Amino acid sequence: MFINFFFTLKSYGVPVSIHEWMILHHALSLNLNNCSLTDFYHIAKSILVKHEIHFDKYDLAFLDTFKDIETTDEMLEEILAGLKKVKELHLTEEEKKQIEQLNLDEILKNFEEQLKAGHYKDHVGGNKAIGTGGRSTQGAWGYNPAGIRIGQGESRHHRAVQIAEKRTFRNYSSDITLDTRQMKVALSHLRSLLPIGMGERLNIDETIDATCKNAGEIEFVWENKDKKASKVMLIMDVGGSMTPYAELASRLFSAASSQISRFKHYYFHNCIYQELWTDIERNKTISSHDLLRSEDNDYKVIIVGDGEMAPSELTWVNGAIDYWYHNDTPGIVWLQRFKDKFKNIIWLNPIPARSWNYVQTIRMIRGIFPMFELTLDGLDESVKYLMSGKCELYHH
Amino acid sequence: MNYFKGSDEYVLSQALRDNVNVSIALERPLIVKGEPGTGKTLLAHSIAKGLGKELIIWNIKSTTKAKEGLYVYDTVQRLNDARFGDGNVSDIKRYIKLGKLGEAFKSEEQVVLLIDEIDKAELEFPNDLLNELDEMSFYIPETGENIKAVHRPIMIITSNSEKELPDPFLRRCIFHYIEFPDTELMEEIIKVHYPKIEKNLLREALKRFYWIREFDMLRKKPSTSELIDWLQALMVGGISAKSIEKEIPFIGTLLKKKEDVDLVEKSGKSHYAYSTSMRTRDVY
Repeated sequence: MFINFFFTLKSYGVPVSIHEWMILHHALSLNLNNCSLTDFYHIAKSILVKHEIHFDKYDLAFLDTFKDIETTDEMLEEILAGLKKVKELHLTEEEKKQIEQLNLDEILKNFEEQLKAGHYKDHVGGNKAIGTGGRSTQGAWGYNPAGIRIGQGESRHHRAVQIAEKRTFRNYSSDITLDTRQMKVALSHLRSLLPIGMGERLNIDETIDATCKNAGEIEFVWENKDKKASKVMLIMDVGGSMTPYAELASRLFSAASSQISRFKHYYFHNCIYQELWTDIERNKTISSHDLLRSEDNDYKVIIVGDGEMAPSELTWVNGAIDYWYHNDTPGIVWLQRFKDKFKNIIWLNPIPARSWNYVQTIRMIRGIFPMFELTLDGLDESVKYLMSGKCELYHH
Repeated sequence: MNYFKGSDEYVLSQALRDNVNVSIALERPLIVKGEPGTGKTLLAHSIAKGLGKELIIWNIKSTTKAKEGLYVYDTVQRLNDARFGDGNVSDIKRYIKLGKLGEAFKSEEQVVLLIDEIDKAELEFPNDLLNELDEMSFYIPETGENIKAVHRPIMIITSNSEKELPDPFLRRCIFHYIEFPDTELMEEIIKVHYPKIEKNLLREALKRFYWIREFDMLRKKPSTSELIDWLQALMVGGISAKSIEKEIPFIGTLLKKKEDVDLVEKSGKSHYAYSTSMRTRDVY
């Protein structure tokens, strides 16, 4: 039984349901997997896993469950390892007929005997044992229609465990910090920030007018529904350890911006003080005071930063990391002001959540903003939070 | 039983072929996802051809409603007819037009139904089809008619993952993610399109193509269809395999954004360390 595979999948975070588990068993009862573990690997994957971000977790769970399993796939490979290719055999029609008369039971019996006797090692030619190019009933590249074909499939006999071990889909996993490879996927997660549906609406007045003008023949006038406005403001930490993420995040959001009715972005270094930069090179500035005063408070504000700094940068007057920069209000006060102004505001952090508790300044920032990881899961949660005010981690 | 082996002009991986057959055997829709240009839509065409069945295509747009796939009740036509007295208005059946799903259900022969780019529609769209997919039938209240599938259609659904699909819908489907073809599979694909292509040219071009695809910073990675265009340009232009080693002729057919072209051309000229740092962005 492999019911533990189901629970292993669940514990690795693959959302499998009983419904899908039953479908898998239906597939197995039809022997769609051809009694092969490799085919089972693919079939179970296509039935149980419905998103490529879970493929890697599936691979891990598969390894965990089936790592030490003995399969016929394995046995076949062992046999094949001992075989060497020889020239293909050309038989006369008579000989072919003779061979065709052998029946499958005999062949299987013979196969087992040979296996037990250990004859499969380095055998070439011959009439009985496993070999290549012979007339025996087992082996590759030989001639026998009733024989057991082994090792001629292209990808079929990759051992399933080895395929799982490759973990090709590691980069699609949803809990690793985002990089450009997942840009497209990340974008799709951000879509829920966007207005939902354009839809058409019947303009009744215009329709009556047009129908009258048309001498009673009905003429419809449609108009577009109002687009739901969504305003997004992105405030990003640039410089130092954040540089690689800053460009990524700005590209991510600006790509989505074409569909957001208003999109603004600002930059800071480590912490927000009285000024924000409007360009990533930090040349032009805008006063934070003005920004707080002039902007609408219904922006969805996303702050991206690692929040890792000296506590003094957060709490001291003149604590800013740039020695030439003087701030007469501590950074934490500025952060609080942003929080007070904007109802929907969150912090995205490229540092994995498990280490947040070890950094004092991150703990302090989390006291102000709901913080999410800069991963696909984190993006999902944060967008949910921004749109509805609640998610699994935080509630208003 | 239907067994799909592939067709001449469509090369596919073993895993995908197996999944198609699993989906046929289990009578469940197959969802195909993957990068643009990996041949998601063509798969349905190939299945229809390979199995000798009719193909019905339902193209989804952002405004498509689930009900349109079942049937449309043309009230406007009926109103018009009532006003100007054309035909028998009391016969509502005349104004019920079956949608693509309805057509597929009603067909006497089993058909292949392609629901193309399902993610374009609104989020609730797939959920609205759950019952119809389970029961393979639907009810038309206007006429009291019950349309039941004569044969379960073989259903292929493609998605570009612009939106996530709802879980209850996914639970009922088989899922396949088309990975970008590796060099070997790609060679096979190219040979289907250009059987006479010169070996050296193909080898060098593929080397270049995969080299370009490794740039993580690209805004739009070139896909199979762009590679095919590029190869044609190379062949028509009489470009030799040697010259591809030095430069990339007709780069515009591969890369459609100016920033991408700049990026690739710049890295070709600079020294190794710089170009690798442009290509990957691993952070330590």
